[in-house]
Amino acid sequence: MREEIISAIIQGLWQALYLIWSGDSALREIVLLTFRVSGTALLFSSLVGIPLGAILGLSRFHGRRLMISLLYTGMGFPPVVVGLFVYLMLSRSGPLGQLGYAWVPELFTPSAMIVAQTIISFPLVAGFTMAAVMGVDPFLRRQLRALGANPRQAAITILSEARIGVVVSIIAGFGSIISEVGAVMLVGGNIEGQTRVLTTAVVLETRKGNFDLAIALGIILLILSFVVNLAVLFLQGRTFNE
Amino acid sequence: MNGYLYDLQGVTKEYEGRRVLNIAELQVRRGEILGLVGPSGAGKSTLLRLLNFLEEPTEGQVCFMQGTFGAGHPIPLSLLRKVTTVFQHPVLLNRTVWNNVAYGLRLRERSWPWAKGGIRRCVDEALQQVGLGHLPEQRARTLSGGEAQRVALARAMALEPEVLLLDEPTANLDPYNVTLIEGIVRDLNCEQGTTIILVTHNVFQARRLAHRVGLLLDGFLVELGDVESFFQSPSDPRTQAFVKGEMVY
Repeated sequence: MREEIISAIIQGLWQALYLIWSGDSALREIVLLTFRVSGTALLFSSLVGIPLGAILGLSRFHGRRLMISLLYTGMGFPPVVVGLFVYLMLSRSGPLGQLGYAWVPELFTPSAMIVAQTIISFPLVAGFTMAAVMGVDPFLRRQLRALGANPRQAAITILSEARIGVVVSIIAGFGSIISEVGAVMLVGGNIEGQTRVLTTAVVLETRKGNFDLAIALGIILLILSFVVNLAVLFLQGRTFNE
Repeated sequence: MNGYLYDLQGVTKEYEGRRVLNIAELQVRRGEILGLVGPSGAGKSTLLRLLNFLEEPTEGQVCFMQGTFGAGHPIPLSLLRKVTTVFQHPVLLNRTVWNNVAYGLRLRERSWPWAKGGIRRCVDEALQQVGLGHLPEQRARTLSGGEAQRVALARAMALEPEVLLLDEPTANLDPYNVTLIEGIVRDLNCEQGTTIILVTHNVFQARRLAHRVGLLLDGFLVELGDVESFFQSPSDPRTQAFVKGEMVY
């Protein structure tokens, strides 16, 4: 049994290299859809999460503690529960699904997967951004005001000072959705050529007993995740060297 | 306003019900260096924050340049930008020295578009004045305490403010940096006519730099007068004790 597993891993490594080198069209489609779904979800969660994190970190208002508690709870949401929630909301008899509006995504489409992944990554992006902003020198705001910054300019400068933390929040958000399988499986359905992404493909191949292909897909997922994180760090330039 | 730059009447400040400042009357003349001395906790820094409109008084109003501001009457940004503060512990941005000094000017770029070409000149001049013209590309976080304080001073000077508030600007600095910063402050006042309000523990520094000196004790302005009369013939016994170096706190 041990030999079989080792053999599957070695086979998987070779197959991963072969699939990448040969430019397998099915694999390319899966990778592109993975990036499209997770990339769009990350974009949405960053667009909402970073400003919200900054507001929660910088402002004091009634209900802030409740919002932070909800955010922390959201950071620990099991993806499969999020998937179930989105599934129920978007199903034909669900509260949103029965409205029949064009802007409500249908189940088993990439749009539904984007909705689920946005809900998963958004609390992480907002929560880590809030923590990063709160970690900035508390006297900086007063100094910026003394230099003539208006509240918007001060908030942007503080976000810029917390940029390492903000990048970490984006990476954490990306990590949470590129690797999750429960939600996309539920709301996407793992339909070949339509909603199959790398994680659901790994599950499918494992269930079929194609361990070498599952390992190959897993390795490709790891490589892609590594490359994306490396690219983000590279874009940050020398900030990380300080 | 009677020609004063600042006019404070009945200004108080409370934190969580505790009154930390109680200024019955204070006027600041245009173009003077006003020294505020007193022990820790006397309310000196609180007063500076009120003068920079970083906080609102609990009671009373601050008249500044023909306008009256206080609780419920926030100062407009254009007027706020005529005042700036150099704090005891300079908070520098995680950027180069040059970009730190340029920061305040860039904030004003949109309202003063013609100033865009002048930013380089202003920043370079300010860095030369504080003796850091050779360090524009150095990361601010790698500077020594004295250098960081000089960057903070250059950042304030580049804005050419009407009023410069200095909160213990030379505390914890070596004699070389103290002399350098005192020289810059003196030049700024003499050559550009900048009104300077200097908060310091150091009565000798107040005597060297200020035209008028005030003593704050427990939030009250005990005495305010010309530098000569303040140090040579103070009217209040607490001031007499303070300038003699006797413990009054």
